[in-house]
Formats: sequence, structure tokens, C-alpha cells
Amino acid sequence: MKFSLSWLKAHLDTDASLTEITEKLTDIGLELEGLENPADALRPFRVAKVIEAGPHPNADKLQLLKVDDGSAEPWQVVCGAPNARKDMVGVFGPPGTYIPGSDFTLKPAKIRDVESFGMMCSARELELGEDHDGIIELPSDAPVGTSYADYAQLDDPVLDVAITPNRQDCMGVRGIARDLAASGLGTLKPLALPTVQRGGAGPDIAIEDTEGCPAFFGCTVMGVTNGASPDWMQARLKSAGQKPISALVDITNYVTLDQGRPLHVYDVAKLQGGLVARKAENGEKLMALNDKEYTLDETMTVIADQAGAHGIGGIMGGATNGTDENTTDVLIECAYFDPAHIARTGQKLMLTSDARQRFERGVDPAFLEEGIGIATALVQELCGGTASEITRAGEAPTEQNVIAYDPGQCASLGGLDVTPDRQKAILEALGFVVDSNWQVTVPTWRRDVHGWQDLVEEVIRIEGLDNIPSTPLPRKPGVAKPTASPEQLAERKARRAAAARGLNEVVNWSFISEKEAAPFGGGTWSLANPISEDMKVMRPSLLPGLLAAAQRNAARGASSIRLFEVGRRYLESSEHPTIGLLLTGENRARSWQSGATTKFDAYDAKAEVLAILDAAGAPTDKLMDFAEAGDHYHPGQSGTLRLGPKKILAAYGVLHPSTTKAMGFKGSAVAAEIFLDAIPLKKKSGHMRDAFAPPALQAVTRDFAFIVDADVAAGDLVRAVKGADKKLITDARIFDLFEGPSVGEGKKSLAVEVTLQPMDATLTEEDLKSLSDKVVANATKLGAELRG
Amino acid sequence: MSASEEIAEKYLGQIAAAGDGDALEAIRVAALGKKGEISLLLKTLGKMTPEERQTEGPKINGARQAVADAIAARKDAMESEALNARLATEKLDMTLPPPGAPKGSIHPVSQVMDELAEIFADLGFSVATGPEIEDDWHNFTALNIPETHPARAMHDTFYFPQTDEAGMAKLLRTHTSPVQIRTMMDVAKQTNGAGEPIYLIAPGRTYRSDSDATHTPMFHQVEGLVIDKGIHMGHLKWTLETFVRAFFERDDIELRLRPSYFPFTEPSAEVDVGFSVEKGRRIIGGDSRSNEGGWMEILGSGMVHPNVIRNCGLDPDVWQGFAFGCGIDRLAMLKYGMDDLRAFFDGDLRWADHYGFDALDVPTLSGGVGA
Repeated sequence: MKFSLSWLKAHLDTDASLTEITEKLTDIGLELEGLENPADALRPFRVAKVIEAGPHPNADKLQLLKVDDGSAEPWQVVCGAPNARKDMVGVFGPPGTYIPGSDFTLKPAKIRDVESFGMMCSARELELGEDHDGIIELPSDAPVGTSYADYAQLDDPVLDVAITPNRQDCMGVRGIARDLAASGLGTLKPLALPTVQRGGAGPDIAIEDTEGCPAFFGCTVMGVTNGASPDWMQARLKSAGQKPISALVDITNYVTLDQGRPLHVYDVAKLQGGLVARKAENGEKLMALNDKEYTLDETMTVIADQAGAHGIGGIMGGATNGTDENTTDVLIECAYFDPAHIARTGQKLMLTSDARQRFERGVDPAFLEEGIGIATALVQELCGGTASEITRAGEAPTEQNVIAYDPGQCASLGGLDVTPDRQKAILEALGFVVDSNWQVTVPTWRRDVHGWQDLVEEVIRIEGLDNIPSTPLPRKPGVAKPTASPEQLAERKARRAAAARGLNEVVNWSFISEKEAAPFGGGTWSLANPISEDMKVMRPSLLPGLLAAAQRNAARGASSIRLFEVGRRYLESSEHPTIGLLLTGENRARSWQSGATTKFDAYDAKAEVLAILDAAGAPTDKLMDFAEAGDHYHPGQSGTLRLGPKKILAAYGVLHPSTTKAMGFKGSAVAAEIFLDAIPLKKKSGHMRDAFAPPALQAVTRDFAFIVDADVAAGDLVRAVKGADKKLITDARIFDLFEGPSVGEGKKSLAVEVTLQPMDATLTEEDLKSLSDKVVANATKLGAELRG
Repeated sequence: MSASEEIAEKYLGQIAAAGDGDALEAIRVAALGKKGEISLLLKTLGKMTPEERQTEGPKINGARQAVADAIAARKDAMESEALNARLATEKLDMTLPPPGAPKGSIHPVSQVMDELAEIFADLGFSVATGPEIEDDWHNFTALNIPETHPARAMHDTFYFPQTDEAGMAKLLRTHTSPVQIRTMMDVAKQTNGAGEPIYLIAPGRTYRSDSDATHTPMFHQVEGLVIDKGIHMGHLKWTLETFVRAFFERDDIELRLRPSYFPFTEPSAEVDVGFSVEKGRRIIGGDSRSNEGGWMEILGSGMVHPNVIRNCGLDPDVWQGFAFGCGIDRLAMLKYGMDDLRAFFDGDLRWADHYGFDALDVPTLSGGVGA
């Protein structure tokens, strides 16, 4: 909401400085967003008189002027304006002045060999109007040498105030003045309601859609002349950022901005019969003032005559019934539209306007009589004509809300102790009526005030939030309890474990393209209004984002890329917290010790997964290796880690070449996803650990080498070996894998180091022999053969 | 000089001159071997008179001891020399680089979330989470933003074609405030509507259909909620001051509350924080009234609207409290000096190396929450 200081002062009697006003606005919740003074750019321009005018020696259309701007010596100015002549008074810009309308700075120059200093300016050059046919002519008694901005009273700062959606009353300058007055910055001038001479019957007005348009007042003014609106009105509209059009249009805009009261003016000659506020027909089309056609439906209200709709009620008029320079008779509409109706219509049509913004926030329902009076008087004052009686159809909901208030609530909710007398004074200054029992009647223009909490806000915002004393929260007795949940702790540890292992955390968009989602089963959640096709589907996997990030890094020349992200996958039923990781490029850089670079393989991904799962508290000793990591992985170089066949904690492996290719990713990558919400978290039951004493006896190790079929899984062999004696064998670890002619075609050799931990007595040769036999027997069940 | 002393003298000379272990062994055999000169001499003691033995015994034994010691010492010296000689051949160029380990990093958003959890844990706040794919009721209606409310237009909401049970569109949450609703409803359910105190923060991803230099369609927000008895705006002010000062680790930070409007709080306040300029960069805190100093808005807050408390099944005449919401990305930028929001979501490893945090930079109160 923009307005000039002089406009504000038309409603507010105040001695406050501009700074005091702007600071106070922000303090009471009307945040100052901008402040500019159009006069600042015009300050160097001075009122000046042409004291000599003669022909230019070398040009027919130019004149040579001597200009007195109050300086000691007159300026010599070459001027091309046809209206420049001796003794005329105009506006002069001396050398060095910036000309805003032409965007250049004046320098002394030679024009056709004659020196010229400064310029006599046109209205357009000063951005004061469109006129560029000649230079500005001022009355002959204008004081030479004074600042033009001062002389023309252009020194009028424009304030730009952000109005929050609850404050419709401040979408008119008068409402802002009322708030400032209540805050102690002066007094609100009484509203001068004009008396209008009326005669003759009012127009035919009817309401069919009483829900959408509860009240519709109208009157005609016959015999008007529509020209330009006066300077004062134009200046105010310009300060608000509105372009003056014609008196009749300007009046409606002005009343909207001045009083927060939208109006509409119809050209009676373009109407057929009376006006009715009715529901639109489904599919009814209307060409609006903005030259766009809208298709309406029956939830919307139109203002129509016998011929058809002339406007979308409370939002925008039609293109066909507006006033123009030939208009002689007008019908003024001052209606009350239901805020919810207006909001829904505006949302559906995606159409916003000054009128919609006010009606949907709720204009003052008790101001129709005043609104139409002010408008009629302005029409008559600016355009002449005779006004009819007012036709009043329907009734606006003017019943007032009464709130039972306790002044103690100001301190108990607002934290600020304000005396009851002071609270009463603040509320009354804002237009509330407070009776002796603290029953507070809300003014009709404050549709946002419903309960006592709203009254507390009114009091404290005027009293100043800065005055609220800081009050420490009550400290809970006893020792501080941990506040993080087991899931949060697991996620935190997993994240830091990943970073400690050399992975870099990234944060990728939760939405990806359909193309990226496709290899991962596609996404269930596809935005209806995405910002772009690249950000359309809620990701079913963290890997597409990681691939894209890796690709960007590779394009920047990164040679070794290790990324991870902690975020959610969005599946049909719910959102799943997940850690995704991706490794690509060099695993080890080439080095003087180890030689050439090495690439990442699936085991690198598995190593990260196991380390992160361990940090997150998963029982990694109980994990089982499964295949079926998903179609986006290499079918032979991927796997899952599970606790039971259905409980998948992680999937990892080399990404399928088709997947990386589909993503536009060059090269190969290994990746993994850890499904955090699948990790069973131990319930913490106190701090005590199980009792433990290190075994007194030393552990021993025995090596076994087996020849097995090439497709026997090492994991199965290890499990078989461990099964030989679950108590005595504390570990079994593959330490060698060999394939070659010496072990035979389709065979491989696996060597296992078995760790035995005797507890009660040292193992005898017999013990070891019997254990070895059991190990070999178990392995034999897998077709293994002890290597000689 | 006695005979034994002469013999000892002779051998000591030979020991000193011995070139290697073999020579030394030969000397030992010649002197101390079974038929060695000193061994033979020792055997003569038996034939002596007691008086002679008394004078010769110590001399001969002394000679034997001196030679044995000299051989041992010489042997040690020889071994030591040999070791030194070997080590001298094993010299490496220690300026060569050792094998490297990859360096990982924590994203600043995660770091700041951990810092917030730490700061608020000290005030007794726990961390709550909720779904990002929300329904209209939790994101808007329950928060006192009905369908026709003009404030909805401020939210640039992403919608899905899917609908919730009531037929309302599912959407991406535009703020973390729905977590307030879910928590309060849970509490109402667990306590059969009686209610109990709630102190929480809810950090997480939020979404708005907005993309320019300072807005990304996905961003991070942290919500704070206190519901208790007798909570008022003075508590809100203190909590925010405490939080902001702890987060930026400065005592000289001023807050300015400005009246504002949010449908879910009443009264509502926007909060500005004072900044000053040091070495050309804006620093939170310091003299905001100095030449280059000023105020910047960092969060929105207010007392939870009675309709919101009621919508969640609690009695607003009993329970009262405050809520606030703050951009986490912005907090990170202000504290750590990043100036480009978009870089947060690019995954550039160079950026991660510069602005990221070490895995062990875990924010703690004792270590200062800022790593």
C-alpha cells in the first residue's frame, strides 16, 4: 500500500516528523517497506526566467536563450522548444544535473558551434507527465531561483507499507491514519461526509445471489462530463502507483485507496435495463477489463443486466460497460460481497485486483451509505450532473462482535502490564467501544478481531512489543533428561560415521524428473503444479539425486567422488528415512606406493554399508546376505543385507549400466541405500552392561582350505563352519580365494581362518581333532572338499 | 707388576684391537678357555700356601674378571656398530607422502540442526518430526487458515492430484507448523484431552513454489512450540533471545519484535535481529545502531491461536503457549557466511570442503555449539 505523506495528513492531524511516522508504522505492525521522495531527483532544478531569446546563428529551429536562475550570471542556453520566448518562466537544469526522463547528465556542450549551458525542461524530461511538445511554462510571478520541487510542492515523500492480510481496514489511507492516531502520533480528522442533493428515482437494482452479494447500493448521476481528474487526485493516485485515466475511473480508484471502499461505475448508455447481482451460469463467459476472457460457474457472482453479465462482482468489471470520454450518465455501484465467495472466485479464476484484495479480507459492511455518498459527491464535484436517489437492495451483515475482556489478560498472554485505563484508551482510539464491565464492542471495520486474544494484541502492539520484559521459561526440576529419540540418535551417529569414513554429505531436491524416477520404479507422488519437469516427482530413491550430483562434480573435474545424503524416500504409503551413498571415480589415487589408481567395486559399497549400519546400532553380526538388490543394480554385483528374508536393512552394489546410462551418467558407479527405519533399535534399559571378564585362556586359530564348486557362496561356507560349534568358534573369516587350473574347472578354493576361544580348559589335541572333523563334516554338506 | 696383572694387560690390549667377533672369541678361548692362560693360572692357586693364596688369589681373579668384562663390553660395542651400520643402509626419504585417507564432511544444514537440538535440549525442548507430504487440514485448516483465507495465497503451495480422506488435496508442507498440530493432537489423544506441557522444536524440509536468487523450492525450517500453563509473550521473547544468542555465541545480540500477522498465532510478532558490519561482512550482534548496522528479519512468532489449540483437542482456557518458525538455511548462512542459497543444494565437493564440517565437530555445550 503506497501513499504520499500529504495524503496521510489529509486524514491525520500531526506534528510528527516523517521519521517518527515511519518508525511508528513498523512498531504498530504496519511495516514500512519503502520510502521515496519523487522530489529528490528534481531538487537541482530551479525556477528560471528567459531574459533574452534570439535566433541561433547556425540553425533555424534552435534559439539562443539567456536564462536567469538566480545565479550571479545568466546562462547561455541553446533551446529547441517552440514555446521558448523572452520573459517566459520555466524550469531550468544547470550543468551537472541528471535528467531523469532522458537518463543523462547535463554537460556544457557546443550545439552547432554555439556553447550551451544547462537546459530548460519539458514535463517528460522531469518525469512529471507525457508532454514533450514544449518546455514547462510557469506563471510569470513564479519566484526565480527557488527550487522547482519546493515551488511545485513536489516535496511529498511516498510511503510504502506492507499490510498483513488481516488488516483490510488499513488498505485505505484513512485506516492507517486511524492506527497512527491511536498510537499517539496526532489525531484522526473527522470524516467530512458530503451532503448530496438527490432527486429522481434510483436505478433498478436487484439481488438474486444473496449469499454472494448480501447488499448492493446504487444511484445514477446524469449529465456528467468525463475529463481528466484534478491535479491533487492525480498526484495521490500516482503516489499509490496508479495511473490516472479519467475523472470517473480515478474517482473509483481514489475511494478504494482512500477509504478502502471499492466501487464500480457503469456507463448507463451501455446498460439494458436494471442491474442484478446473480449467480453466474456454468460456462458463462465474460470479457473483463483486463481484456481477458473468463469462464465462470455458478459459485461466482456477476453483476448483469438484461443483455448479460457486466462484471465479476467484487473482483473486476467487464470490458464493455466502462466509462469513456463520451459518457454522460453513470450508475455508481457500492456493494458488499461475501469475503469467502470472493476468495474462492478469485482463486478459481486466478484473478486478482484491488477490489478482490479488499472484499476477500472483508470491507466495512457499515460503510455503504458513506461510500456511495462520497463517490457521488466526487462525481458531481469533478464531472457535474444530477444524482438520483439511492436504491438499496439487500442488507450488509453489520452486527457487531462483543468480546468479554479482562484487562488482566494483557499481562497473562501478552506479558506486558498495562493499566486498565490505558488499555481502555487504546481500544477506544482504535474505534472499539468499552463499557464499564469490559464488554468490548468491535468496530465494523475490524473483521479480524474475534476474541480476547485479539484485544491483547491490539493493546500491546500500540503500547509497543519492545516494552515486553523478557521472562525466563520455568526450569524443570531435576536433572536434564535426554531429548533425542533412539531414531534421531541412530541417524545422527550414522551420518557422522559416513562423514568419518570420507563421504561428503549433500542435500538434494526431494523431487526429481519422471525420467529419473523411472528406473527406480517411478514415483507415486507427482506434483500437480511442479516448478519444472525436472522437479516433478517425489523421489522413490535417493540415488537419482546422488547420481546427478556426482555427474556435476565429475564435470567440474573431481576425480574421486564419495557422496551421501540422509533424507526421505516417498513411497505410496509413507515416507522412509534413508541414507543413500554413491562412490565413483578413483577409489585410491595413483601413488608411489601402490601404483595405478583403483576403481570402486561393490565390496566398497558393502564396506560403507556395514560400517554405517554398525554406527546406527544395527546388529551387524546377525545380518544375512541376500541378492535381489533391485533392477537398478548390476545383477551379479549387488546384494542386500537383511534380518530375515523380508527385513531389508540395506541394498548395495554396482549400479546397472542401463540405469546410469538412462540418467545420462558417464562411467560406472557403486551405490547403496540404507533403510534407517528398518533398523531394529535396542530399547535402552539403564546404563548397566552385562557382566564381563576377559577369558583367562588364550584363543587359538586353525586354518582350513576347501575346494568347492565355483557357485558356492563364501557366506554359506562360513555359516557352515561356524555351525560346527557355536560356543567354541567365535569367528570364521575367509582369508583366501583362489580359482585356477590347479583346483580344477568350475571349482574354487576358499581358505577359512577359524578362531576358537576355550573357556574352561585348554584345548587338547583330541578336542581340536574332533572340532576339525566337525568343521570338515559341515563343509562337506556343501560339497566342499578339504584341500590336501 | 705381578704376573697376573701382566697377563691381564696383554689380553686387554688384544681385546681392544680385536677386529671382529671371531678374533674376540679366539682371545676369549686363549685367556678364559679351559686351557686358557688365565684359567691355568687360577688352577695354580690350589698349590699355594694360604699366605700366598691370600695375596695372589684376588690378583688372579681380578685379572679374570677384567678380561671377561672387557670381552663383553667389546662384544656389545661390536653389535651396536653392526646395527648402526645396518640401519644406515635402511634410510628412507621421509618427505614422501604417506597413504591418504578420504576426507568426508557434514552438510551445514545438518550441522545447524544438531546445534539447534543441542541449544534447545538445554532448555528442555525435544525434537519432533512429521510427514512432508501433508494434507490440507494439517498444513492449513487446523492452523486457522481456512480454504478461503487470503494467507493461503502467501504460501505458493505444491499440490498433488491425490486427496486425503476428506477429499482435500494432498500437498507438500509449506512450513513445519503441521508438526505442532500432530504433536498437540497426539498429546490430546494420549491424555484423553487433559493435555500436558509440550516443549519441542521441529526441524525439517519444507516446500514452496518459489525459485529465485534467494528462494529455492525446497528449504529447511525449524519450528518451536511451547504449550504449558501461564506461558506469555515475555517467555517467547526470552526463549528467542536465549536461542539466538546461544546460536551465534554472542551476548550482544538484540532482538526487535514487530507486530505482524500469522493466522495460527495471536498476538503475532516478526522478529528482527540486530547486525553490525565487521571487515565488510554482516555480523549478527554488535552495535546495530552504528553506521552500517541495522536489523534483519529472521523469524516469525506468536502466541498459539486458541483456535489452533482447540482444533487439536486441547482446551485453550487451560493451555497457552508460543510458537516460532525460522529458516535453517538462512541461519547457517548468517552464522557461517555463505551468500548463495542455491549452493546448499548443488552438492559441489569444493563447497563441501570449504563450508562442510568434520565428522567429529559434534556440537556440544561444553565445546561451544558452533563448530
